[in-house]
This record gives sequence, structure tokens and C-alpha cells, in this order.
Amino acid sequence: MSEVAGALHDGWIVTKRNLIKIKRIPDLLIFSTIQPIMFVLLFTYVFGGAIRGTGVAYKEYLMAGIFTQTVAFGSSLTAIGLADDLTKGIVDRFRSLPMSRAAVLVGRTTSDLLNNLLVVLVMGACALLVGWRVHTGPWGALAGFGVLFLFAYAMSWIAAVIGLAARSVEVAQSAGFIWLFPMTFLSNAFISTSTLPGWLQPVADWNPISSIALALRDLWGNAPQGLARGDGFPAAHPVLLALLWSVGILALFVPMAISRYRRVSTR
Amino acid sequence: MADAIVAEGLVKTYGTVRALDHLDLRVTEGTVLGLLGPNGAGKTTCVRILATLLRPDEGRVSVAGIDVLAEPQRVRKVIGLSGQYAAVDDNLTGYENLEMIGRLYQLGKARARQRAYELLERFDLAEAAKRTVKTYSGGMRRRLDLAGALITSPPVIFLDEPTTGLDPRSRLGMWEVIHERVRSGSTLLLTTQYLEEADRLADEIVVIDHGRAIARGTATELKRQVAVERLEVTVARDAELETVRVAVEKVCGEVPEVDTLARRVSAPAGGTRVLLDVVRLMDAAGIEPVDIGIRRATLDDVFLKLTGQAAGSGEHAPEGTAAAGGRRSRGDRSEGVR
Repeated sequence: MSEVAGALHDGWIVTKRNLIKIKRIPDLLIFSTIQPIMFVLLFTYVFGGAIRGTGVAYKEYLMAGIFTQTVAFGSSLTAIGLADDLTKGIVDRFRSLPMSRAAVLVGRTTSDLLNNLLVVLVMGACALLVGWRVHTGPWGALAGFGVLFLFAYAMSWIAAVIGLAARSVEVAQSAGFIWLFPMTFLSNAFISTSTLPGWLQPVADWNPISSIALALRDLWGNAPQGLARGDGFPAAHPVLLALLWSVGILALFVPMAISRYRRVSTR
Repeated sequence: MADAIVAEGLVKTYGTVRALDHLDLRVTEGTVLGLLGPNGAGKTTCVRILATLLRPDEGRVSVAGIDVLAEPQRVRKVIGLSGQYAAVDDNLTGYENLEMIGRLYQLGKARARQRAYELLERFDLAEAAKRTVKTYSGGMRRRLDLAGALITSPPVIFLDEPTTGLDPRSRLGMWEVIHERVRSGSTLLLTTQYLEEADRLADEIVVIDHGRAIARGTATELKRQVAVERLEVTVARDAELETVRVAVEKVCGEVPEVDTLARRVSAPAGGTRVLLDVVRLMDAAGIEPVDIGIRRATLDDVFLKLTGQAAGSGEHAPEGTAAAGGRRSRGDRSEGVR
């Protein structure tokens, strides 16, 4: 069996194992679903009136941001799940088996992606209820979610590296989460970057979160016009940039996570 | 017969602690080696190296003729490992655990199913097969863990303290299963703190302490090293101690040990003859013993003599990665990350 086929075969077995845990202990899934719903409601009804200048109805503008933030935050599940596995005897078992060294990571990121999928589904239903709409038809909608889930998967591998480096589940939990706050808020997820101080604008415009959110807005027909879009290349080619960011993150963090797992497993 | 497990000059250091200090081991195919030592002696570190989980700083290791350091993945196909902490998933059922392990050993779906059911039956877990492991008792988890190690009937098996923390009945059950495996031809390396366990299961015993082998041989040979049968006499009154001491010294021809607290006199004895002689002398002096007999050396005596401490009471430097108990793998990890 080739490396890749082995990783997929064994990765799927580990995925199933992780999914069984979600099924038996659904609490984590439930809470990770409540959070985006809360954001949808809070931003729509609390900030909705206060934040202006996006050029489209704020509700429409906002949802792409919350979708992006939701999958970014969802990645911390990977850090926690891996750190948790590593404290348990089961990883010793995995390490002593003739299985792919990537399988534990592939399995973890895959089951977290499926978890994310469910969360996004529930959040999407909630967004539709408060008035969000896709204006580009089913293909546009699908393309948007494709971009979103690719990004979700890429973020999961960053979190995997964090989870492997953390020395306890508690550390993984904070470390996997804390950096996501500045990352998601310093972007166009909730506001137009044109409202930021001049020196901060390019940082926010080039932030992957901004690219994903803007790409979703373009693909769903929720995009703001004019100044509110931001400036330069990121504003002109958000979908291309969104894909490049995701692929780039995967190209960097997949090998990094696997080599870290290997080192962890042979020390 | 060939050696199924060979370790030469193993060295593993954690900071300033030398967990393994030039340890050599050889296990002949189809036999059982008992690795005996107090907490922190290096037993777990040794097993983790042999089972591909840990790389030694120095030394050569081969299992079933395969170089462990060069081809760990090939080694993993021929070994089964059951560790000190049951390596099973709490959230899966017993059946799901075994089926998953079978699949990851690259057995086909049907074969993995079949082996899972066979082993659940064999290990008396059939009734609990559909319950999550969370609900299992300690003994059941251990049995399930051992079953996981035996899914493919591997030719080489490593068991790290397989019965620690089990009640006597579960322990007997484990011994029986282990025996059966060895009879069907597997080679076994077993670590234990229980001398009785090594005595029962192992063809050869290596006693290690501070990462070094300090004695090796069969259980009988080791007991012979400590020499011995001892004559022991316990009396009821302090006043009788001196008379008995003189009598024991006379019949045994050696200076006896006197435990005034337990009112016990003992000395090395050469045969049962001394028992008759000392009884006669005591009878003549009108002393009736509370307890009298010839005691054979146990492995505990061997252990005490070799390591200068009672088995299992060791408070040595932390045993390699095992310093934090169940969280041992975290320790590895943080070192790997630096």
C-alpha cells in the first residue's frame, strides 16, 4: 500500500473512532453549535443597527464573516482533540501498530471537518431565519461552502500543530483559541476595513479571514461595493486569494504536523 | 533456537537520569523473559524501546530478526504490546476497540470482525462486548488491552506489568491466558514487580535496577544465589531467646540472626536434619516454640539481597518517561517538541 492510500485507509478508521465519540458524547458538538447561533443573533440584533457603511444590508454582509469565524474557531477542536488523545494510552497503542504515521492526524482533521459541517449547517439555517439570503443560485452557494470548508480543513492542520506542541489539554484549549480572536476581529469579517486606521488596513485586507469572508460574499452575492470592499489585490481577487491561502496553509502545516507527530512518537 | 529479541548496550538518558545504562537482553524464540525490578528501574523504558515507541540514545535492538531502529514499521507487524496503562478507548465498546485495532493491523474487515469476537469470547468479555469501555472494571480493561495485543497472534509479545493493580482472581486469569499464548509458540517479554509472577511465567529472569542488569538466570538459579533455606524459630518469651540462639548456632554452625521484636531466631540451614536437632535441644530445655520451620528462599529474598530493598517499595529516580504515571506520553512529547 502506498503512503497516501495507507494514510487514507487508516485515517478513515481513526475518523470513525472519533465520530463514535461525538455520537456518544454530543455535548461538545452542541456547544460548538450554540456559539455561532449566538453570534448570528448578537451581531444581527445588537450590533446590526450600530455598524454601518458596508454598502449592503449589514445582515447580509455579516453572515459570511460569522461563517468564516465559526470554522476558524472550530479548528481549536483539533488542538483539543489531539492533545486529549496524546494524554491517553490509546496513542501508545496506535504508535505500536503497523499503521500510517499520518492516520491519527488525518482522522482527527477529517472528523473535525465533519463536525464543522454540521455546525455550519445549523448556523446556516439560523442565518436564513434572520433574513440572510444567497443571491447567486445553488452553484454559487455550493462554491462558497466549498471555499469555506477547504479553509476549515486548512485551519484544522494549524490547530493540529498547536495540539501536538501543547503539554496538556488545558494548554491546547487556550493556545488553540486565543490567537483566533485578533485574527478574526482584525479582518473584514464584521466591519469594513476602511474604518480602520490607515496603517492597519493592509494588515486586515491581507488577513486570510478577510479573503475567505470576501470570497464568500462574492460567491453568494452579499458583497459590498466601493470603498467598503477594501483595496488592491485582496479586494480584486478574493476567491483566488482564499484558495491560495488554504492551499498554502495545507502545504506548510500538513508536513509540519506529521513530522512533529513522528518525533513525538519516537522520543 | 534463534533469539527473537536482542538488545545490546541500550542507553537512554532523561536529563541527568540514566534510565537505561548499557542494558543487554536476549530472549530465545518461544520462551518467556521476565524483567524484574523496582519502580524506576528502567523496565518500561526498555519495553518502549523494543516496541518502537522510543529511540535509545545508544545501542542495538532487533525483534524477530528485524532491526528495530532501521525498520520500525516492519517490527510493528510482528509484535503485540500491552502496556502498564490499558491502551483502550473509553468511548468505544469492547468490540469496537478490538475491531479498530484489527483493521489498523491491516486485517481485512471480515477477519478483524471475526478475531474481535473470538478474543472477546476467549477473554470472557463477550457479554460486555457492546458496552462502552468506560463501564468496564480495571480487570476487564486489562483483559481487553491484552486482547488488543493478541489480535494478530503476533510471534513476539511485550507485556508491561500486565497484572499490576488486578485482584488475585483476575491475575490468575491473566496468567492462564499468557501461558496459553506462549504454549502456542509466541516469544514473550514480561515486566513485573511481582516475584511470584516472574516465578510462574518466566523461563529466564533478568533483575534490573538503575537501568542495569544486576542478576540473571532461572528462578531456581536466582534463589540458589541467595542460598537458601533458613531455619526459623519463634518463641513466646524473651527469656527463651538466648537459649534458642545458642541451640540454633550449635545445629546450624553459623551465627544466627536474632529478631528480638518478633522473638525470632534464624540461620542458614543445610537440610531438614537441623530441624530435628533443634527440636530435641529445645525439648530438653523445656521450650515450646510458637513457630518453627525451614523456610525456602523466595524471589523476594533474592530481590532484597540484590537491590538492597524490598520489591515494589522502590522510590528511585523516575522511571524514564513514566514519571507522571498515566500522563507519561506528555513527558515524551514536551521533550520531542523542544
